[in-house]
Amino acid sequence: MNSFKERAFKYVFCVLAYCSLLFLLGIVLTLVFNSLQAILNINQLQFFFSDDWAPYFYPPIFGTLQLVISSFMVGAMACLIAVPIAVCTALFLFELASPRARAFLKPFIEILAGLPSIIFGFFAMVVIAPWLQRTFDLPSGLGAFTAAFTLAFLAIPQIVSITEDALSFVPKSFKEASFALGANRWQTLSKVIIPAAGSGISTAIILGASRVIGETMVVVMVAGGATALPESIFSPVRPMTATIASEMGEAAHGSLHFSALFEIGLMLFVITLILNLLATRISKKFRLKLGHGR
Amino acid sequence: MKKLLSLLLLATFTVAPAFANERIVAEGSTTVLPVMQRTAEVFMNQNPGVNISIRGGGSGVGINSLIGGRNDIAMSSRAIRDSELRTAAERGVNPRATMVALDAIAVVVNNNNPVNNLTQQQVTDIFTGRITNWSEVGGESRAIVVISRDTASGSFETFNELALRGQRQSRRAMMQASNQSVAQVVSTTPGAIGYVGLGYLDRVKALSIDGIAPTAENVLNGAFPYARPLFVYTNGAPTGAAQRFLNFVQSAAGQRLAASLGYVPFN
Repeated sequence: MNSFKERAFKYVFCVLAYCSLLFLLGIVLTLVFNSLQAILNINQLQFFFSDDWAPYFYPPIFGTLQLVISSFMVGAMACLIAVPIAVCTALFLFELASPRARAFLKPFIEILAGLPSIIFGFFAMVVIAPWLQRTFDLPSGLGAFTAAFTLAFLAIPQIVSITEDALSFVPKSFKEASFALGANRWQTLSKVIIPAAGSGISTAIILGASRVIGETMVVVMVAGGATALPESIFSPVRPMTATIASEMGEAAHGSLHFSALFEIGLMLFVITLILNLLATRISKKFRLKLGHGR
Repeated sequence: MKKLLSLLLLATFTVAPAFANERIVAEGSTTVLPVMQRTAEVFMNQNPGVNISIRGGGSGVGINSLIGGRNDIAMSSRAIRDSELRTAAERGVNPRATMVALDAIAVVVNNNNPVNNLTQQQVTDIFTGRITNWSEVGGESRAIVVISRDTASGSFETFNELALRGQRQSRRAMMQASNQSVAQVVSTTPGAIGYVGLGYLDRVKALSIDGIAPTAENVLNGAFPYARPLFVYTNGAPTGAAQRFLNFVQSAAGQRLAASLGYVPFN
């Protein structure tokens, strides 16, 4: 009886475990099939290298270069802001903070991680955008920088928690050995712990970047939504996710426009897939180095 | 006040009476949304057996969903397109238009902008990107920030037709998802220019076009150039509760409600 129960449970969990795989497969197939029309009927050279997107115009123009550039520009700026803050936060929490400070700070970071992105969007639209506009005397507060600034705070909690994990993987003996050699706290941190956790920290950064590039709500609300190539870091832009979100409702099912939006989705999928694979690879290498490998 | 009303409305839906036996779903243009919400609220008070739920999304979304059978009433601030009629015919859907009010698309600027009037040509030049500074149209020296609606919006299409006459809109134009967010951005951006329905003028300044203000009178007598009828579409002529509701919207009482929200009544 017991072994039957055990087997039954095993199968049930096995099926459940494969569910997400099935779901992923379904998503990939849907993306590919719906993109086919665009891939076959739009000059792909133009699709990837033209920076002119006017699907409503006659004849429609489908060029995605500026959408891709906007995505990467916003993503890169967000990382530039988020990474130093997040890594320093993690180092502080893990190495320097007193237990009391840690117990005080940690819940707030976790709350930040749990906030829905639309709340960030609201805050950015009503507070950050007007403030940036006044401070830098910009024509408009909505733009790439505003989006990046907001997304940075969306990514920080995630980067903090993965970086903390990476730091906890560094064997205690490393630290003790360093202190035994007469190194002070700062030397231990900068010369021993950070290099040892380095690839873990890189993983955290890459996963953060992939989260930022895939985020939609915030960029729809505050990135500005202009399809021109950005001229400065404050220019209004329209990243890939925002383009899909704001046009999908309008595009008639089965139209070329509809299919082109799916192809953008496919591109986005490939980009985040590459980032995630990269992250997995780096983190594997790092576990091996520290003797945690399998 | 409008917010309070929509909150109330939301509350009405969440605690929708269990005995509601006729349910109508209306979806589409955010330009038509306020008049439908207000009239539905009054109509449901008088007809407790009917439950009307209304959501935005844009004219294109509403019509798409009507064709897909996902709503009963599609709200639209533009006439249905030939391509949409073809798809509808393929699916056996027969969209029929009912006029619910008249609306003008007002060209709006920030309250602190000294400019009060533009010519139609100037509006075209600003929105296509040929004029980029307010000083070129008699304002202070400040970059013009063009705010437009996303392509799912009927206002976008109507404005393109009436004001841009088929020319391409400037690629620097910032696309916003709703009338409300155009008004919000224009009200907080000193150099902004945008366009919204007449129901959204409380926080921004509406410009006269060729000296003609976007008032009810000028819309009705056809003097204001950017005016249009607002429609809802149903599959075939409306029947049952939908018919009674739309009759109410078109009645003198319904049109008075529309007028109270800043639309132009036709009845």
